[in-house]
Amino acid sequence: MVQPNPTPAQVAARTAPRATDRNVAGEEVTGAESIVRSLESVGVEDVFGIPGGAILPLYDPLMDSQQIRHILVRHEQGGGHAAEGYAHATGKVGVTMATSGPGATNLVTPLADAHMDSVPMVAITGQVAESLIGTDGFQEADIVGITMPITKHSYLVTDPAEIPRTIAEAFHIASTGRPGPVLVDIAKSAMAASTTFSWPQDLALPGYHPVTKPHAKQIREAAKLLASARRPVLYVGGGVVRGGASEALCRLVDVSGAAVVTTLTARGSVPDSHPQHLGMPGMHGTVPAVAALQKADLVVALGARFDDRVTGRLSSFAPHAAIVHADIDPAEIGKNRAVDVPIVGDLREVIADLVPALEAEHAKVGRPDVAAWWHQIDTWRETYPLGYSATADGHLAPQHVISRLGELVGPEAVYAAGVGQHQMWAAQFIRYERPRSWLNSAGLGTMGFAVPAAMGAKVGQPDRDVWAIDGDGCFQMTNQELATCAINDIPIKVALINNSSLGMVRQWQTLFYDERYSNTDLHTGHGTRRIPDFVKLADAYGCEGIRVEHERDVDAAIKRAQEIDDRPVVVDFTVSRDAMVWPMVAAGVPNDDIQYARGISPAWDRED
Amino acid sequence: MSRHTLSVLVENKPGVLTRVSALFARRAFNIHSLAVGPTEHEEISRITVVVDVEDRPLEHVTKQLNKLVNVIKIVELDPETSVQRELLLVKVRADATTRAGVLEVVELFRAHVVDVVPDTVVIEATGTAAKLSALLGALEPFGVREIVKSGTLAVGRGTRSITDRALERVRSA
Repeated sequence: MVQPNPTPAQVAARTAPRATDRNVAGEEVTGAESIVRSLESVGVEDVFGIPGGAILPLYDPLMDSQQIRHILVRHEQGGGHAAEGYAHATGKVGVTMATSGPGATNLVTPLADAHMDSVPMVAITGQVAESLIGTDGFQEADIVGITMPITKHSYLVTDPAEIPRTIAEAFHIASTGRPGPVLVDIAKSAMAASTTFSWPQDLALPGYHPVTKPHAKQIREAAKLLASARRPVLYVGGGVVRGGASEALCRLVDVSGAAVVTTLTARGSVPDSHPQHLGMPGMHGTVPAVAALQKADLVVALGARFDDRVTGRLSSFAPHAAIVHADIDPAEIGKNRAVDVPIVGDLREVIADLVPALEAEHAKVGRPDVAAWWHQIDTWRETYPLGYSATADGHLAPQHVISRLGELVGPEAVYAAGVGQHQMWAAQFIRYERPRSWLNSAGLGTMGFAVPAAMGAKVGQPDRDVWAIDGDGCFQMTNQELATCAINDIPIKVALINNSSLGMVRQWQTLFYDERYSNTDLHTGHGTRRIPDFVKLADAYGCEGIRVEHERDVDAAIKRAQEIDDRPVVVDFTVSRDAMVWPMVAAGVPNDDIQYARGISPAWDRED
Repeated sequence: MSRHTLSVLVENKPGVLTRVSALFARRAFNIHSLAVGPTEHEEISRITVVVDVEDRPLEHVTKQLNKLVNVIKIVELDPETSVQRELLLVKVRADATTRAGVLEVVELFRAHVVDVVPDTVVIEATGTAAKLSALLGALEPFGVREIVKSGTLAVGRGTRSITDRALERVRSA
């Protein structure tokens, strides 16, 4: 059941101002009512938030809205990540609300996270009354100033008449072009004042014109290179997911015959079952994916940004490759790597144009001979498949848990990870077959993302199973949202990969700090006092708690969790703390120095 | 490092200057001078930024500036094909014994005296950065008490206007 995802442009069409009978004429309302009307007009159905003094006026009319379901979260950061998870999973704009001061500053992390990963999100914050702004009033923070570098755009509204237009613009900006977070900070005095509500018929954004249609000449140049390359790789990033271009991309993969790699944000944009898919590139990528980029004569980057976790040492990344770089954000093109063919445009339109251009080129010059390339890639795939070794301490292998989870739960579910070892294993060992099935915090690397993001995803996709795959460190940062899930009938499931430590930091201490484990022991697993006891914690939050310590119990626990649908489930998989994420390219070294396992590097010359 | 002059047309709204300058600050680029003012269109303000930066990072920061929602247009003005001027106000010691000397300098640089008290004068001068620097050098021996300079203002030579087409966008938006 592959459903094409909406492009930002389509979302914009949906969210663009439209006149409804109810909203055309000006009507006397309060500013707060105007906000609710505006959110309704833009099509908002779900909001994650928490009230406080400065936003109190808004929460009164919100109570009467027939259209908007407000979910009361336990912490603003949870509300922000929930809005992100909702947006990730549905392609719609996620909405979060918070009060002024500390409420707003608690949104800083989710806003930064959404900014790094191009997540369409609108945050509405209450601000102190206009007369108090700038006076260090109670619960005052200059949140527009604080968040300027981590939002796509932001507004401070003190005039209630500007509320409808501002909210219309905010949703338009968040969802179009390169999506991102927009903050709308509204003074309490503007909410309390009376005003006229009328929904704007057009937007006034003279400086905002995202280019969506790619340049035909650049498309032809890209097609020429793709038709003649002998070692081509499609380097696919999260832009393909945001742009709803997965289906078009699969066609390009087939027509081009090129190898394809999907970055951490793009997992699922091409099915893992596709024979030309080599998996994830980068620091913990597969050997075939990393090697293919290093040996490629052509890299076609699609909605990817040559992040340092992908390129390793930049100067030695893909050293033999010509570069085609397509992205909707002109500022990404050439930012890190010099580009031979730059293409600015919506990925769906870029690929839709590129496929026929490539076919025309094939008709002219024939299909390129990529047999030798595939022979080499297949040798890598046979020699260096993804895998892991049994644990030395006899405890459960985390990779086994995650592999079984993916196999038993399947590709129709949504998986949301935190940040660290469990995130990398979840990216490696679960086979993703569709876009928007994999949610994580990639750019910012926000620990604690999983539980609230899973909550948001489940609200947006109530008919899918939603699993948070979380670490014991991450889980302790945001697990208060289990209360939100339990009370609001949002039955997410949490697979806790509990290695009793800050696992990724510990791995680096093992590898680079002489096994000196400074401040990474969390005392939650085997042989500890288990503080906290996650099964008891789950129980306290009205969730089902299941503990799994042995491999033989893994399948039964996952199946049991799958059967429970009336409350959230937390499965505490207590695993070995010594398992490490492999392959690995250490930070700042060339990708050619990838280690397949500790101390084992591929011998490239043999295959060349 | 090379010196670049950017003319940035922006919407005339609060906070826009902060957004523009923050993009330079994030990368620790030092802004040499900055001048902001209205244009012939009340909806548009013009920011002239002079910054010392290599070409490649400048290209990237320009692209990032273009992404700002309130930025309408950016043009780099080449000193060869544009007129660039600064305004200087300088307060110089000038009593009965030295006033004649000061006034001679003012005359030579085609500057003006705009305020006089018994022991000081305030001099107004416009010109290129080089000319104003030479003027200050010549005034230095008399005793400079206070200097205030505008940022550089710049406009392209010839008939073309960079605001016309930007205005069409504002009006049609």
